[in-house]
Amino acid sequence: MNLNLTLIGQAIAFAVFVWFCMKYVWPPVMQALQERQKKIADGLDAASRATRDLEVAQEKAEETLRESKEQAQQILEQANKRANQIVEEARDNARVEGERIIESARSEIDQEINRAKEELRSQVALLAVAGAERILESSIDESKHRELVDKLAAEL
Amino acid sequence: MAGNNPTSTEYIQHHLQNMTFGLHPEHGWSLAHSSAEASAMGFWAIHVDTMLWSIGLGVLFLALFRHVAKRVSTGVPTGLQNFVEMMVEFVDGSVRETFHGKSRLVAPLSLTIFCWIFLMNIMDLVPVDFLPMLAQKVGAWFGADPAHVYFKVVPTTDINATLGMSLSVFGLILFYSIRSKGFSGFIAELTLHPFNTPNKLAQILLIPVNLLLELVTLLAKPVSLALRLFGNLYAGELIFILIAMVGLWQLPLHFPWAVFHILIITLQAFIFMMLTIVYLSMATEEQH
Repeated sequence: MNLNLTLIGQAIAFAVFVWFCMKYVWPPVMQALQERQKKIADGLDAASRATRDLEVAQEKAEETLRESKEQAQQILEQANKRANQIVEEARDNARVEGERIIESARSEIDQEINRAKEELRSQVALLAVAGAERILESSIDESKHRELVDKLAAEL
Repeated sequence: MAGNNPTSTEYIQHHLQNMTFGLHPEHGWSLAHSSAEASAMGFWAIHVDTMLWSIGLGVLFLALFRHVAKRVSTGVPTGLQNFVEMMVEFVDGSVRETFHGKSRLVAPLSLTIFCWIFLMNIMDLVPVDFLPMLAQKVGAWFGADPAHVYFKVVPTTDINATLGMSLSVFGLILFYSIRSKGFSGFIAELTLHPFNTPNKLAQILLIPVNLLLELVTLLAKPVSLALRLFGNLYAGELIFILIAMVGLWQLPLHFPWAVFHILIITLQAFIFMMLTIVYLSMATEEQH
């Protein structure tokens, strides 16, 4: 239990150890710890920023979707309106065209009728002429005449 | 057991004697062959075992930490780095909580104190006869009488080791006091407290009283620091030695005491570190 030179030796060893620790052990470890702390803080920051960005993007996407839906709705309505319009126009056109066709057919029919009448008239004249010829050629016989007139009438 | 069936007293004394190398009045520079010879060497002797183990353990501590510090990565820490970082953060936290001044020294100082003392203390858990007997065998191989080969393994059971550290801390206390308060401020702190009066004459009369009280306070710091650590470990070691003497019964006795001692080992290292921080913190603060 003697106090001796060991005391000084220990103090020197202690001083050297502390110096070494202060110079070569503490700074690198501490620096690494601080750097990691900073890295983690940065990472957390980035994560929260990313979350915020994501929220904004989601909102934007939703808005775009809504707008697109509205636009689609509008386009659909317009298309429907236009289709109705086209159908209406087509119907009108068809009616007009039909009427026109009917009109022309009618006029054609009239023409045909007129032409037939003309023809009939000319034929009637011819027939009358022929009838008269025959009447003049043969004797007058009532029964025969009646027969003739009937024939004539049948030919009309 | 040392030598040829020594008595209990001899056994204990043998275990508590350091391997001393020094200048003996009669034998010149030599290893002491007995405690009487070691005492006769006076101050100019050195405890070879204490120095060997403490420096060896200190180097082990620094080598381990330096090994990690060189390869330290800021990424995900693994294995040893985890441990080192845990220690560093623990010490750093303790220093930050207690020491409010700015100093690059205090934190590494505390780390060194804690780890070094812890390692030196933990040698206490090595069964008391292992290393001394090994030393005796080696000594006998070199032609020395095994009974006179002393080998004390736990450096902190040597008052020189603890006092060496606490006196270094004391030096730092003085340094920090003078640095932060100036020499006159330091003297004023020693002489104008705790009794303070506006009356000049009364104050002059109170100076010796203050000085006496403050000097005791100041000197008690390193002494208590050294003796607390030394006393705890010395007592622990002594009980290990006593347990080692009871023959087969030492087995059930040794284990619980060793388990309990783990607590003391860690606690004493922590207390030494914390008190160092507290003392240095007090030294840097303006008034107390």
